[in-house]
Amino acid sequence: MALSRLNCFSSRSANLLKTLSSAISLRRPISTDTTPIIVETSVPFTSHQCEAPSRSVETNPKELLTFFRDMALMRRMEIAADSLYKAKLIRGFCHLYDGQEAVAVGMEAAITKKDCIITAYRDHCTFVARGGTLLEVFAELMGRQAGCSRGKGGSMHFYKKDSNFYGGHGIVGAQVPLGCGLAFAQKYSKDENVSFALYGDGAANQGQLFEALNISALWDLPAILVCENNHYGMGTAEWRAAKSPAYYKRGDYVPGLKVDGMDALAVKQACKFAKEHALKNGPIILEMDTYRYHGHSMSDPGSTYRTRDEISGVRQERDPIERIRKLILSHDLATEKDLKDIEKEVRKEVDDAIAQAKESPMPEPSELFTNVYVKGLGVESFGADRKEVRATLP
Amino acid sequence: MLAIIRQTVSNGASRNRPAFYASRSYSAAVKEMTVREALNSALDEEMSADPKVFLIGEEVGEYQGAYKISKGLLEKYGLERVRDTPITEAGFAGIGVGAAYYGLRPVVEFMTFNFSMQAIDHIINSAAKSNYMSAGQLSVPIVFRGPNGAAAGVGAQHSQCYASWYGSCPGLKVLVPYSSEDARGLLKAAIRDPDPVVFLENELLYGESFPVSEEALDSEFCLPIGKAKIEREGKDVTIIAFSKMVGYALKAADMLAKEAISVEVINLRSIRPLDRATINASVRKTNRLVTVEEGFPQNGVGAEICASVVEESFGFLDAPVERIAAADVPMPYAANLERMAVPQVEDMVRAAKRTCYRSV
Repeated sequence: MALSRLNCFSSRSANLLKTLSSAISLRRPISTDTTPIIVETSVPFTSHQCEAPSRSVETNPKELLTFFRDMALMRRMEIAADSLYKAKLIRGFCHLYDGQEAVAVGMEAAITKKDCIITAYRDHCTFVARGGTLLEVFAELMGRQAGCSRGKGGSMHFYKKDSNFYGGHGIVGAQVPLGCGLAFAQKYSKDENVSFALYGDGAANQGQLFEALNISALWDLPAILVCENNHYGMGTAEWRAAKSPAYYKRGDYVPGLKVDGMDALAVKQACKFAKEHALKNGPIILEMDTYRYHGHSMSDPGSTYRTRDEISGVRQERDPIERIRKLILSHDLATEKDLKDIEKEVRKEVDDAIAQAKESPMPEPSELFTNVYVKGLGVESFGADRKEVRATLP
Repeated sequence: MLAIIRQTVSNGASRNRPAFYASRSYSAAVKEMTVREALNSALDEEMSADPKVFLIGEEVGEYQGAYKISKGLLEKYGLERVRDTPITEAGFAGIGVGAAYYGLRPVVEFMTFNFSMQAIDHIINSAAKSNYMSAGQLSVPIVFRGPNGAAAGVGAQHSQCYASWYGSCPGLKVLVPYSSEDARGLLKAAIRDPDPVVFLENELLYGESFPVSEEALDSEFCLPIGKAKIEREGKDVTIIAFSKMVGYALKAADMLAKEAISVEVINLRSIRPLDRATINASVRKTNRLVTVEEGFPQNGVGAEICASVVEESFGFLDAPVERIAAADVPMPYAANLERMAVPQVEDMVRAAKRTCYRSV
């Protein structure tokens, strides 16, 4: 993924490349070793209406180190966002993903940038996994021009169409029919690719999800619905919201797989399996058993509806980064110092990106009126006092 | 004169006329087309021209369309491009928007716009706002179409006009065809437009026949979005209407002409963008305005037109702006009450006379 970031040429790439190239010279070269290693997932997969894939996952040193680095980057990024929010540099909503990183990196390892991903508002890490830069993330969070949506979207509205990342949606559940629409378009266009529509345990009860699933099954769409079950829909525990919290079974006639979402290799295996399935047989549901360390958003301490013991327990037993660290060390792929160095580098990358993002200016006032339409037809638009502020939409 | 025309045609391409004109056979009768045929031909031509255009909705395929608008399309374009959906508006509207994100050009039919409320989140939050929120990354070239407003005797839940609701939302284009030319030109323009379009038809207009020009029959014929049409020129009072009400306004104009009141009738064609320029130019000419709509009065299209005129042309008004709209009640079923709940020609005549200080 770090390499793919170099390949992401956006119109803002000039400054980015400068930052990246200086970062590269400081960075320890990642192992290019692709000797296969077989690792067993933490727990076997549980399946519904299908045969579960094997617990044995093929990986290699390069992939494991990339997982480690990418997840460490995401973790650092989210924690930095927490500080920026408390410093009031980020406003409004900020939903952090720390704890759930394995889902983003594991999925990416199983697919290509031609496959589509769409998710809800907890989208920072998914955006980065798809090739988005740290600068784009922090600048967008702070509402600056260098942001991925030029400061006009905010935390919940990150997009990267050139990597087939379709956002970034604030309305719970809406992204699922949209994701099935992406799958429809892929099939219509005869692209041999799939779409992943991510949603939470809270969204899993939405009616439109079942409407979209029904149509996807009827029309054999290559749609993969991924429930990131972090067990709490805002402050409501899954057992208080769902009569049946076995989300991988909720597709009824649609097969499902339950996956340890804290195990990046299990996620990779499941996504690989799901992609093969969806291309041949239509929709499938993946339930990722995962956990968020932060509350629902920065406005939620996250400790009124769950105990601190529970949170620290998961961090102790199931942290995705620690799992990969242990794996790397036990296979002698790198030393503890190597990994600590990576974490230091990553921390610096994040700090540098934040510093750069802070330099980025706020959008020009004229940006208030841009992108309302693709084709504005020379129509007039108005500010709050229409006699004072008017604009022509190009 | 007919003989002269025939001669010119048979001499090959005359003057600067393109070849296809020469191949048409001219007759004294003007070509007539129902709105239904107009919409059907527009869909057919756009689907033929662009393989990315597809149609989804309830009964659009095998049933030939609940109102037969999509008649023959399944047979011609196949199951891939004309898809019957289950009765799940939120689901299929969302799927349509997702397909548009990817680059296809969906036409999503709502059996009536009353059912669009089930999918309104996708129309507004997933479609209308996406280009803005993504700073131009995600464009949504989708058309949501179907009958809007009152039919006859269908009761409260099946009779609402959504022009003002959708018209208030930035990022959407909202079109309201009246005649067959409107239907053809605006639907073709809507399908070709890169932005989300809400295309509000009218069930009672589907069967109505209108003359269509040669130009309108051309497969490249599009009407500009955001431009109103002056259906009838006048100098004493302007009546602005859209969709079915345009026909009523024209009838009102006929009646008023008998009393020496010259009415200018404007067919809006587009709620968003609203053609403020044409509206204000007309009011500056006639100095009097009556707005007509089928929808509920409060926060309606007429209110917006009135505000625009007050802001831009206050000094030109010789009388307060009059609004004719549906009664401020849910649509009743009984025929006499229904008649009272929907604007009638007499209402427009009376309002126009009020602006002219004529006693009623």
